[in-house]
Amino acid sequence: MNLNIEGKAVKFGDNVNTDVILPGKYLELIDPEELGKHALEGLDPTFAQRAREGVIIVGGKNFGCGSSREQAPIALKGSGVKCVLAESFARIFYRNAINIGLPALECDGISKKVDEGDILTVDLQNGLIENKTKNDSMQTATLPPFIMGLLEKGGLIPHVRGLIGKQ
Amino acid sequence: MHKLNIFEKILARASRRKEVVPGDIAEANIDMAMIHDLTGPLTVHSFKKIGADKVWDPKKIVVIFDHLIPPSTILAATLQKGLREFIKEQGIPRLYDIGQGGVCHQVFPEEGYARPGELIVGADSHTCTYGALGAFATGIGSTEMAAVFATGKMWFKVPKAIRIHAEGNLKKYSTPKDLILKIIGDIGEGGAIYKGMEFTGETFSKMSIDGRLTVCNMVVEAGAKAGIVPPDNKTITYLRKRTKKSFKPLKSDKGADFEETLEYDVKKLEPQVACPSSVDNVKPASELSNVKVDQVFIGSCTNGRIEDLRLAASILKNRKLHSAVRMIISPASQTIYSQALKEGLFKIFMNSGAIITNATCGPCLGGHMGLLAPKEVCIATSNRNFIGRMGSPESEVYLANPATAAASGITGQITDPKNLRRR
Repeated sequence: MNLNIEGKAVKFGDNVNTDVILPGKYLELIDPEELGKHALEGLDPTFAQRAREGVIIVGGKNFGCGSSREQAPIALKGSGVKCVLAESFARIFYRNAINIGLPALECDGISKKVDEGDILTVDLQNGLIENKTKNDSMQTATLPPFIMGLLEKGGLIPHVRGLIGKQ
Repeated sequence: MHKLNIFEKILARASRRKEVVPGDIAEANIDMAMIHDLTGPLTVHSFKKIGADKVWDPKKIVVIFDHLIPPSTILAATLQKGLREFIKEQGIPRLYDIGQGGVCHQVFPEEGYARPGELIVGADSHTCTYGALGAFATGIGSTEMAAVFATGKMWFKVPKAIRIHAEGNLKKYSTPKDLILKIIGDIGEGGAIYKGMEFTGETFSKMSIDGRLTVCNMVVEAGAKAGIVPPDNKTITYLRKRTKKSFKPLKSDKGADFEETLEYDVKKLEPQVACPSSVDNVKPASELSNVKVDQVFIGSCTNGRIEDLRLAASILKNRKLHSAVRMIISPASQTIYSQALKEGLFKIFMNSGAIITNATCGPCLGGHMGLLAPKEVCIATSNRNFIGRMGSPESEVYLANPATAAASGITGQITDPKNLRRR
C-alpha cells in the first residue's frame, strides 16, 4: 500500500467510540462499501458523503473505544478514510485498523495543530505529518517495523497467508 | 530475575519465556478462543481469505450464538446458517446454538472454559470478563481471530499494570457494579488504556464469582486490555464443578511492579449511575431523582446473573411498575433462566409487570428486543451508554446496578433503592 498519504482533515474530539463509528444495527453487514455508507453516522450523518473524496481523520484521546467490532475501521476505510491520526487509540480499534490495512498513527498534540479542512500529508515510513494549509509539520514516533510490515503487505490477511505458505 | 505481576506471568508462560517486561512483544500461544454470531461471520470470511484449510485446534474454539437470537432479520438468520456450516465443516465441537447457551460472557465461564493462568481471546470486547477466574482474557477483532484460527498464535504487547486495592464490605444495595462504576468514574474512560488492572484486597476476596465477573466485565470501559482477580479457593470451587481440565493458577509475585495502586474503602459506597453518554460520567443514584425513565433493562453480560435477578426480585416483590415504564428482563443464560424460574423469580417479575426475554444481548447493543425511540430514556444494568447504543441516537441510557434499575422502574424516575417507600 501507499505509505505517503494526502487528504483533507476531518476532526473529532476525545473518546469517539465504535458505537458512533458504526451503530450496532449494521453489524450484520460485511461489505466495506455498504458499511462505509454508515460510517460515523452516530456523530455526523453527513460524514460518509464528505469522506468519499478521501479524508484523514484527526481524533482526540482514546479514539475507537468500546466494542471489538472490526466493522468500525472497515466502515471508515470503506467510506474513503485514508488514515486516522489521534492523540491516542483504544487498543482493539488500533489493532483492527492495522489488521485491515487502515493506517492509524498516534500523534500527541495533533488536535491543536490541525483545523477542520486543512490539507495534510502523512509520511508513514518517517512518522512525518505536514499541514500544507498551515505550512506546519509534526514529527511523531514511527510505527514499529513489524506493524509497518503489516501495512506494507496490506494487512494481517496477506501476512498470515505468507506465514502458512499460501502466497 | 525481576518480580512478575500476574499479566506478565501469564504472557511469559503462553510465549514460553522465563520473563517478559512491559513493552515487550510476546508471540503467545492461545489457550481458548471464542466467537459469537455477530463477529463470527466476519471471522469466517477472513479465515477463508487467508486460505487455511483447517483451524489450528477445533477443541480450543467455543462458538456462542447470543447477539441476535432468535434471528431478528433474514440476514441474521442467513449469517447464523453460514456459521453453523463452517463449524460442522471444521469439526468444532463446542457450539452453543439457540436454546443451548445464552450470553457468551456468562456461558463461557459457566461451562468452565475460563481457567486461571490461561490466555483467552474472544471476538468481543467484553472477553475481559474471564479475568474474574484468574485468566488473561482480552477482546480482539474478527480478522485477528481468523489469524488465531489459522495459527493458534497472536502477538501481544506486554501491558503496564495498575492495581486496585479495596477493603471493607459493600452496603445493602451497593454492589460490585457500583464499585467498578466508581472506579471508572475516577480514572476516566481512557484511564487504563492498554493496561492490565489487578483487583486485590478484602472486598474482592469476599466477593462472589458473579460479582467478580461484573467487575472484570467493565475494565474495557476504562480502556484496559485485561482485568484480573487473583485466583483463590472460590475460583477453584467454582471450576471444579465445571471442568475436568487441569490448570495452574498464577499470581503476582510479592513486590511485583505496578505502575500505580489505587486504594478504595467501600464501606460507604452508595449506588452509582453512569449518565449519558459516557461510562465515566458517574454520579450517586440519589442525585438523579429528577430523571424520568421510559424503559428499564435488567440483563447483559454485566448484570444478568442469578444474584442480579434475585436482587431485582427483592425490590420488585409485591410492587408494580410505574404506569409509564416498561421493564425488560433477560437472564444471561439458559441455566440462569431455569434457576430463576425454579426460585419463583419469574412470578415476581411478571406480577410487577415486567417482560422476560430469552438469554440474549439484544437490547444492550440496540440489536433487537427493546430498542429506544427518540427522546426516550432507559436505565440499564449493562455496560455502555454511548450515543445510540440502545436505539435512536436521540435516546439516552443510564447505567446502574439491578436494585437501582428495579427501584427506578417502580417510581418512574432514577431511584436509590434505599429510598423506596416501605411496602
